[in-house]
Order: sequence, then structure tokens, then C-alpha cells
Amino acid sequence: MPMQDPHVRSGNFNEVALGYTLELAQAEARRCLQCKKPTCQAGCPVEVDCKAFIREVAEGRLDEAYKVIKVTNSLPAVCGRVCPQEKQCELRCKLNPTGQPIAIGRLERFVADSYYAVNPCDAITGGDDCKLLREDLKVACVGSGPSSLTAAGYLAALGVSVTVFEALHEVGGVLTYGIPEFRLPKAIVHTEVEFLKRMGVVFKTNWVVGKTVSIQDFFDQGYKAVFIGVGAGLPKFLNIPGESLLGVYSANEYLTRVNLMRGYKFPDVDTPVAAGRQVTVLGGGNVSMDAARTALRLGAEKVTIVYRRTKEEMPARLEELEHALEEGVILENLAAPVAFNGDEKGHLRSLTVQRMELGEPDASGRRKPVPVEGAFFDIPTDLAILGIGTGPNQVLLRETPDLTLNKWGYIKADPETGETDIPMVFAGGDIVTGAATVVLAMGAGRKSAREIARRLGLL
Amino acid sequence: MEELVSTTILKKRILIPGRVTEMTLDAPEIASKAKPGNFVILRVAEDGERFPLTIADADAGKGTITIVYLVLGKSTAILDSLGEGDAVLDLCGPLGRATDIHKVGTVICVGGGTGIAAMHHIAKGHAQAGNKVVSVIGARSADLLLFEEELSKFSHEVLIATDDGSKGQKGFVTQVLKERLEADPDVKEVVAVGPVPMMRAVAEVTRPFGVKTVVSLNSIMVDGIGMCGACRVRVDDSIRFACVDGPEFDAHKVDFGELMMRLGSYVPQEKQSYKCYCECHGKES
Repeated sequence: MPMQDPHVRSGNFNEVALGYTLELAQAEARRCLQCKKPTCQAGCPVEVDCKAFIREVAEGRLDEAYKVIKVTNSLPAVCGRVCPQEKQCELRCKLNPTGQPIAIGRLERFVADSYYAVNPCDAITGGDDCKLLREDLKVACVGSGPSSLTAAGYLAALGVSVTVFEALHEVGGVLTYGIPEFRLPKAIVHTEVEFLKRMGVVFKTNWVVGKTVSIQDFFDQGYKAVFIGVGAGLPKFLNIPGESLLGVYSANEYLTRVNLMRGYKFPDVDTPVAAGRQVTVLGGGNVSMDAARTALRLGAEKVTIVYRRTKEEMPARLEELEHALEEGVILENLAAPVAFNGDEKGHLRSLTVQRMELGEPDASGRRKPVPVEGAFFDIPTDLAILGIGTGPNQVLLRETPDLTLNKWGYIKADPETGETDIPMVFAGGDIVTGAATVVLAMGAGRKSAREIARRLGLL
Repeated sequence: MEELVSTTILKKRILIPGRVTEMTLDAPEIASKAKPGNFVILRVAEDGERFPLTIADADAGKGTITIVYLVLGKSTAILDSLGEGDAVLDLCGPLGRATDIHKVGTVICVGGGTGIAAMHHIAKGHAQAGNKVVSVIGARSADLLLFEEELSKFSHEVLIATDDGSKGQKGFVTQVLKERLEADPDVKEVVAVGPVPMMRAVAEVTRPFGVKTVVSLNSIMVDGIGMCGACRVRVDDSIRFACVDGPEFDAHKVDFGELMMRLGSYVPQEKQSYKCYCECHGKES
């Protein structure tokens, strides 16, 4: 798939991947073996019928391909961009052992981009109209990230009056505040949301469930069920010296300032963001890649990712890591942060790290990093971004003591139905599993929505 | 199909000309849940920042909340350009943990500057819980004092300190507070809301008396719902988020030095934004 040149793209926020042309897409689709017993579909958390949609692409029927995808996947343009296909459908592709699995994700992206259904109902119900919304069947979705949007789409297609409550001033959850424009253009998210609005889904922004309204209020107001998809939005800190210095950000803060608040346009917008010259990003996941690549685009001279283990253990998608390296991000592996150092005014000046080496495998199966005694060194830096993970945001949980939590503090939900310990209250996505992927959250939203539909007598 | 919470400005009252203004907003959902100590996050322009203001008063029956602000930069200047009947673009709340209010006896509520308005809601909560509220308010001069009348409605006493002695005792609120603590051994709790140096000074005054002291912190926030950590403060040597763990904390455990440092994070950018805004609107910054 054509990409923007790394030297050009590291200076702009435009999408990195340029997408297939019809010719390229058809050529790729024609490589599909159309297996008698396809294995790709089972690799998809939302069970997209890959074989069928790829056949339609090969034959140039993009509208049909779109319908096939949209039946199970409410956000194909998003998934085609941010799913880790190499661990899902493409991993199960029979061509994977050749090293050249069908580029299912890229094809999905192409289909979604080329065929934004004129009539969403047509794509979902196969008819001209969606079933009329039934006002007696009200469901509330809490949060407007991938799990909630999926649940909302599924239920609205069945005639349920869905209201989505978002705490921020823009909808989309992590798709809006977290994932940068160059990986997932905001226009894509807006289009998917517009689509849901046309199906009758109502979005309410600036509603903090737990604060502005409680779960019990929903039932008092006649809602029949509630789906909680609030994500895992509590940033973790390292608890090492100097962490409060000016220039130390959580990745959530850095990305929110840039993506949601568009801080890269300061002073045309009012929310500033530190434009570091020598930037250090801590952690080796996708969020760290996003932060590092964002820092480059904001004009950093040098961006270094500090990670405790080696490149092989990095949890980031290979594609994201490769993109970051192509753009000029530097890896400082086998190094663990020890302290942030600042000047007399509190501005960050450097990060002290300790050299690590790999020891025995730990519980996760990855070799455990072990500090090398006395091996400390400083990395000069004026902006440090912590991409070391998130935990469960407490705002809703504290105000809803009847929700049972698991030992990690996330919501306990039935793995089969998504139902929590409060009847007719369902939960899915990162607030149940801890930080995971967009498509897993969508799978959870779909599962809960199906169960809600069943309880409401719609299935 | 996007429904917003109502945010219409019902009443605008200038408390100190050119400086401090009070707004009463139609916000029934927020008003029905707002408790003393809560704040709201506002956004007043499409490209505007999210900024917090403490709820100075709430009336669940009328469905209104009251905010008080000092025009300090671009966002508050834009807010101040709105009038009755206009709507605030985004209004989100009530946020933060409510004040921990119990019937304990005598509570001294200290307020400085616009912090007096924020303190008002807390003091009112203490009075409603049956506590004897002694309000101590201070400003540079008599004309800069806020909410004296409102506080006197439920306070047992309202004590005043002005820097120039134009009203009440000449000097700082901390002196008034100290004298009161010396004279009255029954004070069970002190609440202080105002500029950081004032809150820090209050903490130092009450510390030797061993009186529980609560301060409401005004850290820089982005989302205000615990997602970014911009507002992190060091309390009892651990990181806490002012937006969701606070904004009120035990004054004797807050690292005020670090709070001051972090409040200065964006001063050059704040000045730049305000200067641009003023030049475009023909105002003096």
C-alpha cells in the first residue's frame, strides 16, 4: 500500500498510509485463495466474513463488500487502520506461512473509504429503512469510544432508542483524544459517528456518568439497559524523583492536548503543548509510538524511546514501530528510568536511566529485565512522555459502589454476556479487560449489545 | 442528533468592575447533583481550552449554578464577553469530590480573592450541616471584597482583613485566623480557598494548633475527569489528581512549592494568548 515518504510525513499530521487504488485493491483481493474452510474470520474479534468481502472486492463490487463487512463491524474504516491484523485475521490467513498473507486490513480500509453507504439502513438491515425506533426501548451507552459506538450501532439497527453519553466535549473516546490524526484521521471518526446519528442514535457530550447522572438515574428515567464502555483512562506514573517537573507528561495528557485540543495549532487554538527539542518517551507500546511520532511532527530534533527490554519484546505493533523508526525515532533499549532532573525553575533537563540486561523469563513469558549494577547514564531531555500504561478511571466506579470489580480494579463482567453484577448493566472494552485494542473493545460492545437485544425480546 | 446540556447565562452580575463577575447559569442536571467543593469545566470557544471553575453556589430547585471568575486571561475574557441569554459552549460537571462535611462544631472558613466565592459554597454546606461557621475573608482593599453579604446570611460571624485597613482588620487573613484560634480552642476545622501563598500560610498557621485544615487546589487541568494527570499534586508524598482525588486535600500534607511551580507551566503561552486576544479586541491586557 502506498505510504507518505518518511521524511515528508514526519513533518505533517496527514495520514501516513495513502491507501489502495482500485487496481491495487483488486490485485490484492485476487490473491485470496477463497479457502473452502476459511480460518481468517475466526481470527477477527467481530467475526468479519473476510472471504466473502474479499471476493466482492476482487470482482469490483465494493458496495456488496461494504455490506458484508458492515453486518458485523460497525467501524470498518477505523478497524482497517488500527486493528493489529497481523495478530488476528492475517495471522490465520492460509497464505501467512509464505510471509505474504492477504492484506485484509488494508482491503477493509479501502472498502470502507470508497463506499461510505449512502443509506446506513441499507447496509445494516438490507432494507431502505431502519426499523422505526421504539421509544419504549431506551438503552444508555456510557462513553463514546469503540465499544460503545459498536453497541449503539448494533442496537439502533434493531430499533432501540440509544443515547450515548460522552464526558468530553467531542465524541469518539480514545479514537478522538488518543490516536493521532496521522494514524486515524478525525474525519473518519466523524463519518462513523454521523452514520450512527442517521440511524437515530443520540449523542450527549459533556455528560460525566457518575457525576452528571448516575446509573440508577438511567433506570429511573426509563432506560431498560446500560452499557458501560468508558475505557481505561487513568494514566500511570512511575513514582520516581522529579516526575512533577515541568516537561513531564503522561502520554494521555500529551496526546489529549494534541489530538482533542489541537494544541499543535497554538496560538491559533488556546491549549498549549510543550514542543520539546529533545524528547524522551517511556514505554514500548502503541501509545508510546504515537507520542514519539507526534513529537517529531511538532518539530523535535531528537526523539528517543526508552524501553526496559529489547525491541523483540516491545508490545507495539511491528508496523507502528517500523513507521516510527523510518521517521527517525531512536530506540534506547534495555534502559529503565530512575529519576527526572530539572533546573532551578523546575524545567526538565535530563532523565537518568539504568542499563538493564535480560534475565530469566517472567510470568508473561518475556525475559525479565534485570538492572546492571552501577550502570547509570543521563539522557538530556526537555520533554518526557510516559507511555507506561493506564489503569481504571475511578470517576464512575466510585459513584457506583454496586459494581463489583476484579482484583485489578476493572469491572467484573460475565465473559459470555458482558453483564455486570448489577442486572441489565453491561460493560465491555478496556474498563473490563484493561488496556487492549480497539477491535477487542468492539467485540465486547457487540457481545453485550446482542445480549441486551435478546433480553429486550428483539432476537 | 446531538443534545447538549443547557448552559444559558441567566444572570450576570459584576462584583468588582473590570475584574470579578458572577454568572448564574441554567444547568439543571449539574445543579441537581452539585455539592459544596465541586467544580465545573468550561469551554467558551470552538478553539478554546477546557478550564475549571469552582461552583460558588447551586440551586437544585431553580436548576441553576453560580460561578465567579476573575478575568485573568483569554478564556475568562471570552467568558466575560458573554451576556445574559448567551450560552456557554461547553459546561461539564459537577466534578471533583465533594467537601467532606460533618457536624463537628465550629468551622472557620477562610477565603481570599475569588477564592471567597468558592469558599462560600463550602461554608454554606457546613452551616447547613449544623456547624457554627466563622468566615474570614480578605482582600487588598474594601472594594475588592466579595460575598460579604452572602456569607453573613449563614455565618455566625464574618471577619474581614484588608491589606490597607480600609475595612476590618489591617493585614492578612492569617493574622485574623491565628488570633481566633488562640482565643477559641473549640475550632474543629479550618477550610481555606484562595491564592496558593494564602493557603500555604493558612496551613502553617493552623499546624501548631493541630486543627484539621482543608484547602481547595486550583491546579491546571485539561479533561478534569482523571484522564491526563496535568493537575497532579503531591500530597503526603504521593501523586494525587486534583480533579478526581481532590480538589480538596489536607493542607498540612500538600506540597505547595510543587503546586506553585506547576501552576507556572504555561505562563508565557497564557500571556501570548491573552495579548493576541486583547490586540484583536482593542483591550488592554
